[in-house]
Amino acid sequence: MKNLNPRYLYLIAALCGNAMLACGEDSTRVAPAFVNEARAALSGGLVLPEGFQAAVFADGLGAARHLAVNNNGDVYVKLASRKNGQTIIRLRDAKHEGRASDISGFANYKGTGIAIKNGYLYASSDEDIYRYKLDAQNNVISDKPEIVVKGLLSRGEHEAKAIALDDDGNLYVNIGAYSNACQVVDRKKGSPGMNPCPILDSAGGIWQFKTAKLNQTYGDGVRYATGLRNVVGIRWNTATHSLFVMQHGRDQLHDLFPDLYDSKQSAELPAECMYELHKGSNCGWPYIYYDQFRHAKILAPEFGGDGKKTAGGDAQDPVVAFPGHMAPNDLLFYSGSQFPAKYRNGAFIAFHGSWNRAPEPQKGYLVAFVPFKDGKPSGEWEVFADNFSGSPEQTASGRADHRPCGLAEGPDGSIYVCDDNKGTVWKITYSGK
Amino acid sequence: MRLYISKAALLAMPGLVGFALTGSYRQGGLTDSIERGKKVYAEQCLSCHQVDGGGVPHMIPPLIKTKWVLGDKATLVNTVLLGLNGEIEIDGNTFHNVMAPHSELSDLQIADVLTFVRNSFGNKAKAVTAAEVKKIRANLKH
Ligand code: HEC
Repeated sequence: MKNLNPRYLYLIAALCGNAMLACGEDSTRVAPAFVNEARAALSGGLVLPEGFQAAVFADGLGAARHLAVNNNGDVYVKLASRKNGQTIIRLRDAKHEGRASDISGFANYKGTGIAIKNGYLYASSDEDIYRYKLDAQNNVISDKPEIVVKGLLSRGEHEAKAIALDDDGNLYVNIGAYSNACQVVDRKKGSPGMNPCPILDSAGGIWQFKTAKLNQTYGDGVRYATGLRNVVGIRWNTATHSLFVMQHGRDQLHDLFPDLYDSKQSAELPAECMYELHKGSNCGWPYIYYDQFRHAKILAPEFGGDGKKTAGGDAQDPVVAFPGHMAPNDLLFYSGSQFPAKYRNGAFIAFHGSWNRAPEPQKGYLVAFVPFKDGKPSGEWEVFADNFSGSPEQTASGRADHRPCGLAEGPDGSIYVCDDNKGTVWKITYSGK
Repeated sequence: MRLYISKAALLAMPGLVGFALTGSYRQGGLTDSIERGKKVYAEQCLSCHQVDGGGVPHMIPPLIKTKWVLGDKATLVNTVLLGLNGEIEIDGNTFHNVMAPHSELSDLQIADVLTFVRNSFGNKAKAVTAAEVKKIRANLKH
């Protein structure tokens, strides 16, 4: 029973019954399904490594996209739907019971991005970025938003404006490409790729703005990095002093090129990639994609590729390559001391879960972890929090109960995860027991 | 599939042999169309609208009892021929992603796939014929 919390023993014992032997020390490293169910039942439905606990902090919020925690522990959640007409929800654990009891809200624009820094809360719609000042009591002055950036492209595809803040007064915004692979007609079989891809002038990259300047438009920003199809997970890494992003890789290799890719290859390819960006970075979309099996940048079939030809010598290699289509929707570098040393400076990634692996089983609906040392991954990625979907069958079918979308770290080193299907927020803590 | 009468069953009934072989558009024609449409669906629609026709939350709409699927055939056929974008609402959920045009499909393929969709995932509606698709496609060109 070495990977089980003693508190769960009574439950496991009850479930094991006559099959007690099968639950013994010798059982395989992968816990039997009913053991996972028992563990999940005690951890807000989630399955976590030994010593971690999860509790439902709030639920029923709707499309809870990203979240940010203030230094007093207040959690702000950005919604892409309206809850009582509001789209930023403040969750306060007023009774210190590990659960929000004081819930209020403001704003009415739908969106994804939210972040707090130096006395301001920043939040995005799909076109604009607003900020709100925090008052002396550390509360948001919610009736006086200022517009920091306005009029960003939003064309119904990859429209979420995820944001990140660095330590030097800069704001980074994803402007996703309104396209899958920059074809003349998006996602139409036989439609060729546009070379050069005109989308890259105004989207398909990360733009940098100032946090303190109001009413900025495209002209005030700098295209910080390009060749990124769509990014929802974006975070400034305070250990490396650099920006990290998770790209959503292209879809539909089999649909569009059935002669080059079968549906299995199309489910696995391309990798979902983590990149470390610097000013001027180019990650190669739409001309190439990253093949995690060949460890190579492959020329996209819309641009003459055959599934094997490599290209993109000027494009960056990923820092980590994950399985295809798992949809990384947030990225967090752990800076707390509550979790064991292994987690310090490492990356947590919320995988929203795939849809483009069908007819193969879907994948994702989990929070992954990648250990980091000296600013580089120091080991393979692993599953940190699982069972958001509710069951392996729901993962396979894609009919997940919850889809992890946002990650944030609290001042005590706990982490919060939110889901944009039912709007549940979990608080994950470590007690070692 | 209440109307399903297999070809084998038809052939086994001597009185009906001639009728079945003339290929008249009857129950057998509907099941054949659904069978062919299922294959078109797997190749052209499934990766987005999913095996169960349920779509993807916030992203790709379901094909279950929507006004497009069950409604006016011309609107439905045009959705496949021209694609669709702009915000739509189904049961209080909004969608705004892109559906590409599928004009490269033949009249028969479009008829079959829509007949399959209109008789799957809990839907029940009249078949779409290749002749109807042909007419709707021709109207687009004017
Ligand atoms: C690239 C993904 C994709 C593919 C492939 C695709 N669709 Fe769609 N489909 C969509 C999206 C996205 C919408 C909603 C568009 C919007 O919001 O304007 C949609 C809308 C529809 C609608 C109208 C809304 C509804 O749900 O009733 C129908 C009908 C439909 N699709 C049928 C099909 C059929 C039949 C096929 C195969 C021939 C197909 N689609 C292939 C993505 C796709």
